[in-house]
Amino acid sequence: MLFSTVLIPLILGLGVLGIPWKGVRRGILIAGGGCHALVVAALAFTKNGFPVTGTWIGLDSTGLLFLSITSVLFLSVAIYTAGYLGRDSERRVRDSVEGFLFSNEPEAIFIGCLLLFLASMSLVCISRDMGLLWVAIEATTLVSAPLISFHRHHRSLEATWKYLLICSVGIAIALLGNYFLAFAGHGKVHLNLDNLIAEAATLDQRWLKAAFLMLLVGYGTKMGMVPMHTWLPDAHSESPSMVSALLSGALLNCAFLGILRSHFILTAAGLVLFSGELLVFFGMLSMAVAAAFMIRQNDYKRMLAYSSIEHMGILALGVGLGGLAGTGAMLHAVNHSLTKGLLFLVSGHILFTYGTKKSSDVKHIIKTAPLTGCLWLAGFLAITGAPPFGPFLSELTILKGILDAGRWGVAAGYVLVLAVIFIAMARVVIPMAFGLPEQQKSIESIHVNHREPAWFAWPVMGMAMVILVLGLYIPGPVWSFLGKAAAMAGGF
Amino acid sequence: MNTWTDIFILVLVLADFRLLATSRLAAVIQTTVLQAVCLSAFMLTMADRPWPLLLISLALVTLTIKGVVLPWLLGRAMREAGVQREIEPMVGYSSSVLIGMALLGLSFLIFVPLKASISIQSTFLLPGALFTALTGLLMIVSRKNALTQVAGYLVMENGVYAFGAALAVEEPLLVEMGVLLDVFVAVFVMGITVYQISREFDHIDTDRLSELKD
Repeated sequence: MLFSTVLIPLILGLGVLGIPWKGVRRGILIAGGGCHALVVAALAFTKNGFPVTGTWIGLDSTGLLFLSITSVLFLSVAIYTAGYLGRDSERRVRDSVEGFLFSNEPEAIFIGCLLLFLASMSLVCISRDMGLLWVAIEATTLVSAPLISFHRHHRSLEATWKYLLICSVGIAIALLGNYFLAFAGHGKVHLNLDNLIAEAATLDQRWLKAAFLMLLVGYGTKMGMVPMHTWLPDAHSESPSMVSALLSGALLNCAFLGILRSHFILTAAGLVLFSGELLVFFGMLSMAVAAAFMIRQNDYKRMLAYSSIEHMGILALGVGLGGLAGTGAMLHAVNHSLTKGLLFLVSGHILFTYGTKKSSDVKHIIKTAPLTGCLWLAGFLAITGAPPFGPFLSELTILKGILDAGRWGVAAGYVLVLAVIFIAMARVVIPMAFGLPEQQKSIESIHVNHREPAWFAWPVMGMAMVILVLGLYIPGPVWSFLGKAAAMAGGF
Repeated sequence: MNTWTDIFILVLVLADFRLLATSRLAAVIQTTVLQAVCLSAFMLTMADRPWPLLLISLALVTLTIKGVVLPWLLGRAMREAGVQREIEPMVGYSSSVLIGMALLGLSFLIFVPLKASISIQSTFLLPGALFTALTGLLMIVSRKNALTQVAGYLVMENGVYAFGAALAVEEPLLVEMGVLLDVFVAVFVMGITVYQISREFDHIDTDRLSELKD
């Protein structure tokens, strides 16, 4: 049952490579996402207390949380992708930024890799062994590389190359961290999470610290932590929008899960101060640097990418502090994934409508495409932590956690950075939505389509509804579930 | 057998210096083959005879993937891209070797405080492995040619793998197999990307891939 979350997309993904009919392939993509979501829902509702099955794979609260996020996001993206491919199916496509013609990657490979991407991310979420976790995270890098270079032109190839090389090197460093973990257990403790936790007291602390540093740098590269983040803005801005949504909303979380597991082991070994403070430091650093790059950012997709770095920083900060901030971080992971998924999908539609990634050339979306404009504004308000959306609640919870821990300096920095980011993003988004177009620029150059297609509108509005509801009301069981997820991730 | 372990690690380290000193891609690829032979051989010397069947098969798989398949992939990518040598590295070859010596010293220093806590037969193993990983990293950051960088990734992976080889007797082999599979696919995907870059740009100099920035 559990392993079918990996097996279903794996088999479908490999199968789709050999299917010559477009419609069938797109159907399989949606079916794969749907089946996956159903299995995850069944797992979530049937398993009370989440017993761990076997030593290799098992589902704990943290894993289930991240698996659910991945599944929901993938289903929305699958619907969007089916429509997107229908629009973009000509053999030669005009580049929307520079206007040259290029050909896309074969569609079968793209859909196949999307499904394999889902399979590898599911494996990340359910693996209970640090070795298997590593194998799965590296696999996510490899199957997502063809996704980034779907539009085969020079910019996407450059982004793909940076992504592949930097992340592979990072992940190799994480492998070194895994071996250091094994050395910490004197070569006798297996890298299974349960074993490591049970034997935590006997682990060698110096090796354990070295191992955590390596794992933090390694998985941190993949997660987009400053200063290992350099691949992230390029890959997120050059890949097709649904891939950016998946990278930002699901893949970064998976890498974060790797760090959470390591943090959990160090907590059990009594080194929570060491790993926690490192996470707080890198979290604050990521937030601050991301804010600096978002000021005067003129490319709206890059702006969203830097916003992802900022939110990964918030997650690291919350988990590093633990307690209420840890629970808030878990809630924030859900909110960030959905909101960022929404924003990237909307940005894809803006890119299609206006044919530019420069935010200064996009004016008056609210009139040109009203639904897109409203969603763009709603997404902006949500991601910057304005009420009544979900991220407001989770960022407030984290702030309360910071204050409970008595960390006044961290709290001040946190609030300051959030304020700066709000202003920086408002300066980009508000003129895009309401600014009047200049007289010289004729509106004929814009694809005016007042009605957004259903494959775009429904998934995106669904995500918007969920983050709105999460901001208004969170049921008690969900809170306790999030608390459990945070406890599994090393909160104390 | 302790001596044999030391000898293989010594060859591994010498191979690192050859990697740093040469500009020819063919020589780089040949040296990675030599490293693969060392890796799989000293994996065996770590265990007592008779060797467990699983260990022998792991050594054979390592040799096949790292010593045959990956060099072949790299060689093919080299011919397709039509590139024979690194033209202008960021760091010159003699400076690279000097930096390499410093890194070797550093690798030994790092393990002075950590050495006591584990029981590894050879004192050279951990520094040698770390030095190999650092050599790979140095190749990635100091060379411009995309294929040399892929080879650098492979060398770095060899170094990390050497750490694992020290544990191969205790660790589940399934993980080692998974690691090998991932490295194989990584080099495969990188090879494809290099091929696409060479077709799109007519060169594979990564420092000229600099359009995306803030």
